[in-house]
Amino acid sequence: MDQILFNLSLLGEYPIVNLKIIIDGIMIGALFALAAYGLALVWGVMNVKNLAQGDFVIAGGYVSWWLAKYGVHPLLGVPVAFIVMWGVGWVVYKLVITRVVEKDLFTSLLATFGIAIMMAQILNLLFGSDTQSIKLDYDTLYFFDGFIDVPIAKLIGVLLAATLATCVIIFMKSSRMGQAIRATSQDARAARVLGIDTEKVYAFTFSLNSAICGAAGAIVVMVWVIQPFYGITHSIRAFVIVTAAGLGNLPGVIAAGLGIGALEQYGSHIFGIGYQQAIAVMLLLAVLLFRLVQQKRDRKSLQ
Amino acid sequence: MKKNRLLAFSLGTIALLFGHSSFAMDCEELVLGAAISLTGKYATNGVHAQNGYEFAIQKIAENGGVKIGDKCYNFRVIYYDDESKGDRGATLAERLINQDGVQYMLGPYSSGLTKAIAPVTEKYQIPMVEAEGASRSLFTQGYRYLFAVLSTSEQYLASAITLAAEKAEETGKKPSDVRVAIAVENDPFSLDIRAGVLEDAAKFDMQVVVDEKLPRDLSDMSAILTKVKLVKPDVLVVSGHSKGAATAVRQIEEQNVKVPMIAITHCEAADVVGNFGAAANDILCSTQWAETLSYSDPIFGTAAEYEQEFKATYTEYAEKTVPYQTAQASAAVYVFKDAFERAGTLDKEAVRDAIAKTDLSTFYGQIRFSDAGNNIAKPMVLRQIQDGKYNVVAPSEFASHELNWPRG
Repeated sequence: MDQILFNLSLLGEYPIVNLKIIIDGIMIGALFALAAYGLALVWGVMNVKNLAQGDFVIAGGYVSWWLAKYGVHPLLGVPVAFIVMWGVGWVVYKLVITRVVEKDLFTSLLATFGIAIMMAQILNLLFGSDTQSIKLDYDTLYFFDGFIDVPIAKLIGVLLAATLATCVIIFMKSSRMGQAIRATSQDARAARVLGIDTEKVYAFTFSLNSAICGAAGAIVVMVWVIQPFYGITHSIRAFVIVTAAGLGNLPGVIAAGLGIGALEQYGSHIFGIGYQQAIAVMLLLAVLLFRLVQQKRDRKSLQ
Repeated sequence: MKKNRLLAFSLGTIALLFGHSSFAMDCEELVLGAAISLTGKYATNGVHAQNGYEFAIQKIAENGGVKIGDKCYNFRVIYYDDESKGDRGATLAERLINQDGVQYMLGPYSSGLTKAIAPVTEKYQIPMVEAEGASRSLFTQGYRYLFAVLSTSEQYLASAITLAAEKAEETGKKPSDVRVAIAVENDPFSLDIRAGVLEDAAKFDMQVVVDEKLPRDLSDMSAILTKVKLVKPDVLVVSGHSKGAATAVRQIEEQNVKVPMIAITHCEAADVVGNFGAAANDILCSTQWAETLSYSDPIFGTAAEYEQEFKATYTEYAEKTVPYQTAQASAAVYVFKDAFERAGTLDKEAVRDAIAKTDLSTFYGQIRFSDAGNNIAKPMVLRQIQDGKYNVVAPSEFASHELNWPRG
C-alpha cells in the first residue's frame, strides 16, 4: 500500500511522467494491436480463434532477424517477413485450417493450439532458445529534460504498424477481394450462392493474417526481444484486445490496442510491474461485464 | 606376477604412446543418468550442460578413467529430454531409475527441474550431483542425496551490494547512504537473488527504494526504469534470465538511465555485448566461473586450459566464451569420479558418503559441500563489461581489472 501511495505521489510530483507513460503505452499498444487486428479478421471471417497468433508474430521476427544476420537491413525485413509469413500462413491453411473452418469451436481451438506448439518447437530447433533482437543504430529523441524518451527505432516501428493497418483497412474497403472477405464474414452461405469462392476467401484471409503477424514480428524484433516461446504473450494480448473491441470492428481493435497499452503502463507504474498482465485481464473482465449489463438492459443477452 | 606387471606396464606405455583413449577403451562402463532440457525454453543451456558432461567424460577417459579398486571404468550417461518441463523431468527420473537401473544421477538444467527431480532421487536413494540448480530452496528440504557444485542463487548479486558499500566508503560516504533499486523476475531463482540482495542491503542498513517483480512474459520494463530515473538509486540490480538481461540493457540505454552501478545476471546467455555493443559497457554481470580465474586441477588443467580444450572439441563455441553452465557440468562429473575413487566401491551408500566428504580443488573452483548439499567453498564472481570484454572486478582477490565507477 505504501508503495502504491509512493508511486502515486511520484506521478503528482513529476506530472510530465504521465505523458511519458501514455506515450510508452501507445507505442506498446500499437504493436499488440497489429496482431489483434489479424486475429479479428480471422475470427470474424472464418470463426477460427487462432491460438497460434503470437507464434506467427515470433516467426515473423525470426525471418527478419535471420535476414539481418546476413546483412539485410532490418527495415527491409518487415516486407520480407510479410511475404514469407504469407506463404507460411497459406501452407498452414491448406494443411490444417481448411479442415476445421466450419467445425465447432473446440476443433479449431485444439487445431490452432497444436499449431502453436509445433511452431514454437520448430523455431526452437531452427534458431535455438536464446533470446534475440536487432539493434537499430538510430538515436533516441529526448524531450522535457530527458524525461520523455522516444527511441527512433520504436517510432519507426509504430509508423510502420500504422501504415500497415491503414493499407489493410483501405484494401478491405475498396478492393474486390476485400469486398468478398466482408461478404463472406457476413454470411458465408449467401456469399457462396452469389458466386464467391469462400474457400479462396478463407485461404486469403488466413494468409493475410499470418502476413500481418509476420510484419508485426519483424517490428517487434527491432524494439523488443523474441524467443521461440514468447508467442503466448502476443496471443493473450491479441485475444484481450479483440474480445474488448468486438469482432468486425477494425478501427475499434486499434483503439482498444492503444488503450490497453496505455492503461497497462499506468497500472504497472502504480501497482508494480508484476501486475501488468493481470491488469490486461482485469480490463477484459471489466469490458465483458459492462457489455453483459448493457445487453441485459437491451434484452439481448442469453439467459 | 612380476612378468604380468611388466607386461601391463609396457602395454600401458604403448597405449600412452598411441594416445590416451585407446587405453581407456579397456575400462568397463559406469552408467549415470540425466534428464536434461534438449528442447523447450531451456534448450540452449540444457545443451551447454550436456556438452559439459560429455567433455568431462571424455577428459576423464583420456586420463585413465575412474579407478575403483583395481578396475577402471568410463562414464556413460543415459540422457532423456525433459522438454524443459518439471513433470516430464520427474517421470524421466523414475524411468531412469526403475527401467534403466541407473544408480547415480547427474542434474538437469535449472532450479525448477532440479526441484522436480530431487524428490524422486531422494525416494530411491540415488545420489545426484547437480550443476545447474542454484535455488536456495533446494537445500532447505533436508535432502540427503542431492549435491550441487555451484554457488546458490542468493549469492549471485549480493556481492554488488558489498561493492557498492566499498565504493561509498572510498568516496567518503556511509554505506547506509546507498540507495538500492531491485527489479527481479517473479520466479524462485530470481526471488532468491532478491533475498540475497535484501539481506546484504539490510546488513549495511541501506535503503531499498525500488523493489519490483517482473512478470515472466514481459519484454518491456520502461515503467520500472521511469521510476528508477525519478528516484535516482545508487545501485540497480536486475535479474530476469536472458530476456530480462536483454530488455534491461536495451531500455537502460534507450531511456538514458544513469545509475552509478548496474548489476545483472545472464549477460552471456543474452549476449548483451554482441546484441547491444557499447550500451552494455560498465554493466556488472555475475557469474559462477570465468576462464580467467586461477583455479586448476590435474584432469582439466587451469580454467583457461579448460576453455581452450573445450573450444577445440566443440567448435561451435569457437566464437564465444564458454558459458559457466558448461564448466560446472564438467565439475559435477569430476565430483563423481573423485567420490567413486575415494569410496573404492560401487555401493551407492558408500558413494553418497564419499560425495558428502568431497574436498576437491578443480578448474571450476574449490568444491566442499555443506550438510545441506550445496557447495560452500566457491565464491560468486562479478565481471564488468569493459569495452566489450568481460573483466573480473570482484571479489578483489581474484580481480584482474579495476572497477569502472560510476557508470555513465
